[in-house]
Amino acid sequence: MQLKTLLGIAIVLFALSAVQSAGAETTIRFGYIGLDRDARYDDKKLFFRTLSRPLGQPIAGAEVAMRESRFVGQALGVSFELMRAMTRDPQALPAQVEKLYAEGVRFFLIDAPAAQVAEVAAATRGRDLVMFNVSAGDDALRQEQCQPHLFHTVPNHAMQADALAQYLVSRKWRNVLVLQGPSDEDKLIGAAFEASARRFGLKIVNTRPFVLSNDPRQRDQGNIALLTTGGDYDVVFVADGDGEFARSVPYATVRPRPVVGSEGLSALAWHWAWERHGAPQLSGRFEKHAERRMASVDWAAWIAVKAVVEAVVRTENASFDQLVDYLAGEDIILDGFKGNRLSFRAWDRQLRQPLLIATHNAVIERAPIQGFLHQTNNMDTLGFDQRDSRCEM
Amino acid sequence: MKLRNLTLALATTVALALPLASQAKDTGYLFVSSENDNAVTVLDGNTLAVVKVIPTGQRPRDMKLTADREQILVIASNDERVDVIDIATLEVVRSIDVGDDPEMFDFSRDGKLIYVSNEDDAEVSVVDIENNEIVATIEVGEEPEGILVSRDGSRLYVTSEVANMVHVIDTATNEILANVVVGNRPRRFADTPDGSEVWVTNELGASVTIIDGNSYQIKDTIAFAPQGFRSEEVTPVGITMTGDGKTAYVTLGRANHFAVVDVASRAVRDYVLVGSRAWGVTLSRDESRLIVVNGLSDDISIVDTSNNRVLRSVPVGRVPHTAVIDD
Repeated sequence: MQLKTLLGIAIVLFALSAVQSAGAETTIRFGYIGLDRDARYDDKKLFFRTLSRPLGQPIAGAEVAMRESRFVGQALGVSFELMRAMTRDPQALPAQVEKLYAEGVRFFLIDAPAAQVAEVAAATRGRDLVMFNVSAGDDALRQEQCQPHLFHTVPNHAMQADALAQYLVSRKWRNVLVLQGPSDEDKLIGAAFEASARRFGLKIVNTRPFVLSNDPRQRDQGNIALLTTGGDYDVVFVADGDGEFARSVPYATVRPRPVVGSEGLSALAWHWAWERHGAPQLSGRFEKHAERRMASVDWAAWIAVKAVVEAVVRTENASFDQLVDYLAGEDIILDGFKGNRLSFRAWDRQLRQPLLIATHNAVIERAPIQGFLHQTNNMDTLGFDQRDSRCEM
Repeated sequence: MKLRNLTLALATTVALALPLASQAKDTGYLFVSSENDNAVTVLDGNTLAVVKVIPTGQRPRDMKLTADREQILVIASNDERVDVIDIATLEVVRSIDVGDDPEMFDFSRDGKLIYVSNEDDAEVSVVDIENNEIVATIEVGEEPEGILVSRDGSRLYVTSEVANMVHVIDTATNEILANVVVGNRPRRFADTPDGSEVWVTNELGASVTIIDGNSYQIKDTIAFAPQGFRSEEVTPVGITMTGDGKTAYVTLGRANHFAVVDVASRAVRDYVLVGSRAWGVTLSRDESRLIVVNGLSDDISIVDTSNNRVLRSVPVGRVPHTAVIDD
C-alpha cells in the first residue's frame, strides 16, 4: 500500500520534472482574491435584483473563461489554473496576494471595494505581477490612484455616465432631474453624471437629495412624489449605488417621465438579454455553470482571464514582461462578445469597451451611440480619454 | 394495417419521385434561408421574383445542395434539426435530428454523413442522414462554427470562435490531429482545389489565415482594409473560392463590402460595396454570378463576376443567412 503510494508520487514527480524541463512556464496560475463577507453580494441585496447591481460573485465568470481556455492550453502545452483566496478581513488582502504569489501566481483578479483595491495595488507596485480590478467602478482608481500593474475590466462610473448621457442626447431628453443618494458611492455616481452632463450638453434642472426613510420629519426626502414634483424635466437620473431606493422610483414619479441611472435604464458591461455577437452562447455557458444569469462583474472577471490567455497565445507564452507588454499594448484583440475588438487604454489600463444601455429584460442601445465620434477610437468617447487622464504611471 | 400504410407510402413516393425527378434538376432557383422568418425564400433565377416561401424549422441558417442536386439540407438551429427540402416540390420532406444549437455543416465525401457544429455544446455531431442518427460526437473548443471536409474526405476542419483556433480532425477516427491557433474569432472556410491550402476568415482579426493543408502550419495572413473603414469595422465572415482556385471572395461584415482576392499572390484586387453586414456568399455554377447575403439589410446582392459590379439588390426574408443556387 505504502509502496504503491510512494511509487505514485515518484511517477508524478518524474512527470512534473519532465514537463518543466520541456518548456518554460507550463502552468499559468490565476489568483482570485476577495472578501468572504462582501456587502455588495449580501443575500438581501442580491434578492432585489437591482438592475445596476451584481447577481452574485463574479468568480463564476472567471471559471467559465478557464473552461474556454482548455484547447488553446493544449495547443500551446500550457495549462491554466485558477486559485482562490478569500478572507473575512479586508486588512488581510495583501497577505493573500503574498500567499498566492509564493505559489507561483502572477495574474490576480481582485474582487473587492475600491478602498481595498487601491490599498492592495499600492502595496504591490513594482512587483512582477498583474492585477485586474473586476468589480470596483470608482473613477479614482483610474485617475489619482492608478497603478501600472492595475488593469480594470469593469467599466468605471464616468464610462457609465457618458454612455447614458449619449443616449439621453440621442433621444433629445436633455432636461434631467437628479435624485442624489447620501452614501459615498452615491456621491461618486452623481458627480460622474454631472461631469457627463456638462460634456454632452445635458441640463440638470434640479438635484434633490433622497434618504431611504419613512420618517415623517424627512418626508420631503423620502417620498418620491414630493421629490419629483415641481418644475418640468424630461428624465429622472437616480444616483443610488445600493439600489434599494432606486428600485421604487420608476412609475412613482409625479410626472410621467422615464427613470435612468441606477434603475430603469442603466449602462452596463453585460446583460443577459444581449443577443448579438455570440452573446447568447456566452450567457448560456455562464448560466449552465453558475445556475444564475450573467451580469457586468461576471463579464469583467471572464474577460480578465480571457485577456491573459490571449496574451499567452499570441506571444507563445513569452516571458512575464513580454506578456504584460502585449497585454497592455495596442495590438491585442479581445473579443468581449459586444461586437468591437477590445484593448486596454495605455494611459490608465482601463479596458475600452461598448456599454449596453439596458432595462431589466432588454438591451435598448449599445454605446458609444452612433454619431459620437472620436479621432482614433469611438469607444474612447466613454470615460477618461487621454486628455482627461490624471493618471501618472 | 402497417403493411398497407407502408405500401401506400411507397406508392406515393414512387409516383411523386418518377415524374418530378427530371424537373427537379437545374431549376435555376435561388434559395435563401431567413433566420427570423423560419423560412427559406425561393427566387426565380431570371426574374428574381419570389416563387415560394418554404416554412422550415426555427432559425434556418446554413444550407447545402445534396450531391445529386435534388434536395437541399437546411439547418434549423432552434429546433436542433436539419430540414430536407425537395427541390421538385419545394417542400420540407423530412427532418434529421442533429444535436443542440447547430449552425453550419458539411457532407462526408460519400454524401452519407453530415458533420454539424453544435455551438452551445462545443461539439461536432456526425450524423447519418439516411438513418437519422447521430453516430458520433467530437468535443471541440467553445462555439464551433465553420466546418469543412477536405477534398479527399480524410480531414475535417472546424473553427472554434472562442478558442481562436481551427481543429483538424481525422474523419476515420474522429480524433483531433492538430489545433491551429489562427486570428481572432475564426468563422468560415474555403479550400483550394488541390486541398493544399485551407483559408479561414477571422471576424475580429479583420483577416484571413491560410493554413497549409498538409502540415497544418500557418502559411500566410491576408489583412483587409477597404478605404474609409477603421480596422475594427472590418469583420470578415463568409468566403468562397472559384473552381480553378485562383480567386477568393471574402465578405467583410460590418464594412458592407466584399473583397476579391488573388489566391496565388494574396493581393486584394477589389473591394465591392454591397448591403449591410455582408456574411453569406455563394457562386453560381458557371461562376458568372456571385450572391452576397446581407444579414442586416434583409437583402441579397447579385454581382457580375466579370467586372465585380453589383447588378441588383433583391429583398428577401428577415435576417437572411445563406444562399444556394440550383443552376
